[in-house]
Amino acid sequence: MQPIRVSAFTAVSGLGRGVASLRTALERGTSGLTPCRFDTCDLDTYIGIIEGLDDQRLPAGLEGFDCRNNRAAEAALQEDGFAEAVARAARRHGPARVGVFLGTSTAGILQAELAYRERDPADGALPPGFDYRRTQNTFSVVEYVRTRLGLEGPAVAISTACSSSAKAFASAARYIEAGLVDAAVVGGVDTLCLTTLYGFNSLQLLSAQPCRPYDAARDGISIGEAAALVLLERGEGEAPTWLLGCGESCDAYHMSAPHPEGAGARMAMQAALRSAGLDPGDIDYVNLHGTGTPSNDAAEDKAVEAVFGLDVPCSSTKGMTGHTLGAAGGIEAIICALALDGQLVPGSPGTREVDASLRARYELVPRRAALGAALSNSFGFGGTNCSLVFGRPSPAA
Amino acid sequence: MTLAATVEGIGLVGPGLAGWSASRELLARGPYVPASTAIPMPEALPATERRRSGKTVRLALAAGLEAARMAGRDAGSLAAIFASSGGESENCHAICEALAGEDRLISPTRFHNSVHNAAAGYWGIATGAMVPSDALGAFDASFAAGLLEALVRLAADPAQPTLLIAYDTPYPPPLDAARPIADSFAVALVLARGDAKAGARIEAQLEERAADAMDDAALEGVRRGIPAARSLPLLRALAREAPCEVALEYLDRRVLRVRVQP
Repeated sequence: MQPIRVSAFTAVSGLGRGVASLRTALERGTSGLTPCRFDTCDLDTYIGIIEGLDDQRLPAGLEGFDCRNNRAAEAALQEDGFAEAVARAARRHGPARVGVFLGTSTAGILQAELAYRERDPADGALPPGFDYRRTQNTFSVVEYVRTRLGLEGPAVAISTACSSSAKAFASAARYIEAGLVDAAVVGGVDTLCLTTLYGFNSLQLLSAQPCRPYDAARDGISIGEAAALVLLERGEGEAPTWLLGCGESCDAYHMSAPHPEGAGARMAMQAALRSAGLDPGDIDYVNLHGTGTPSNDAAEDKAVEAVFGLDVPCSSTKGMTGHTLGAAGGIEAIICALALDGQLVPGSPGTREVDASLRARYELVPRRAALGAALSNSFGFGGTNCSLVFGRPSPAA
Repeated sequence: MTLAATVEGIGLVGPGLAGWSASRELLARGPYVPASTAIPMPEALPATERRRSGKTVRLALAAGLEAARMAGRDAGSLAAIFASSGGESENCHAICEALAGEDRLISPTRFHNSVHNAAAGYWGIATGAMVPSDALGAFDASFAAGLLEALVRLAADPAQPTLLIAYDTPYPPPLDAARPIADSFAVALVLARGDAKAGARIEAQLEERAADAMDDAALEGVRRGIPAARSLPLLRALAREAPCEVALEYLDRRVLRVRVQP
């Protein structure tokens, strides 16, 4: 594919609000995970929670969208001059030429969970204030961001579980290539809810300690929440980071377990390299999906070795942010951009001793290194895989 | 860039619409007889998965398999786009209900079946497809958004035939009052370029104008009552096998205008 400029980005997560919070944590190797104090959740686990969302307000006229997920989107829109950057792009290209492609797994389902606690005792009806379209529906966060930013281009919510926001980049790249849009707001927003907390608990995939990707003692994920928004723009211009390639595949294996040999993951990484026109040796850092479950990390390790051999530095940053599910691909794309910009290989807070049976070159602490291109992996339930490549276009491109 | 494709295969499961081949004539010329949707059990799904999967998955798979069969293509060779407004409506209700209860016990199968891409996951298991698939939603514009996504994917990779499956199932009470969906509906289109086989040729672009309605009042009720059934004007055009243009509901005041050339 033609390289696409990453012209602005912003993020809010358990590490704080704005990209600076993420950069500081990457440089210091710190974690944003805390013991779970969320709503009425009584599970013994750690979470990455965005501080202050309970007090976050949406702008006048958009109150109907009020739910935790859209509050997180709003929090991100207020950081890093992102909304202003999108406004400039909309003036440059026209609002109908700027699309919105966002990943989310649960959107505003928390709002439905709360409504179900307040059903009418007589007829079971939900409370009258419940606004399905603008909170629970998968598209609600896309509609919110699009309305808030005054954009009129094509828009879609991608919802493929934990690969959602990585696939949003791939979708937007195709729209830009097809000439339907000149710019796109991409990334993902996923926020804490009881569905995912109790759901992952039911699958025994939730760790009682802060998650420890690649550790011999890893025993599950820590759920995080995040809004990660990126502005992709066509054509010329200066930018330190470009989207160079996207690769997708399916496992065709199991609904909630990865292919044991990582076959689908391998195909996605290879497709991303082909799409970028790069060789495995051109990648200087791999941001792993690295959830911290025994099966994910083992399968991904095999896939990484099959594609790259054992020399490429790898790490999972989920020990910092938690697994932000449908926002993971978005926030890890931003982490790749920060790694490239800062010439920094991120570490893996939470991981103490790398599992001896895993063979990849796993990085525990952040360190400086010359990075030209980075690849980010995102895999989801249903066996859906997506890999993205970021870097600078080669002069010949 | 022109967004174009050949429609090699069509699948359909809807109220009074039991398969594309059985519905073709009535969509072209009538008469439409309203009836509740009957969802067939897809044979391609392994027995374990058949037991685990819910009706939304079975609905989507039935339409997809009919379209692949008509196209004469191996279902596992098709890139697949799954478009749905609400995805797994019954699982979502059951989980919300359990979470509002005392013990908050959710079945693990119920949880992994609740993701918006559950149908895509089961499709992969049933067909062995390791090529890319996608799952998306755009509220009432989900069908046009899915068709656009499929055509854009095809433009990016013309050698890769692509299957669109758009589907919706109603929410049980009490969510049905907040989001009424009239009945279950799924439509599937196998789209190809390059070495495409026989089939109608479609070309699409976004445009500002009103969406087409159905002449038959009952079918228009289906179109308006189910997001995936916003496809009906296109299905009618494909059934009539005459050159025409249709306007399918998209976002805001815009439509996806599709020119159909049999």
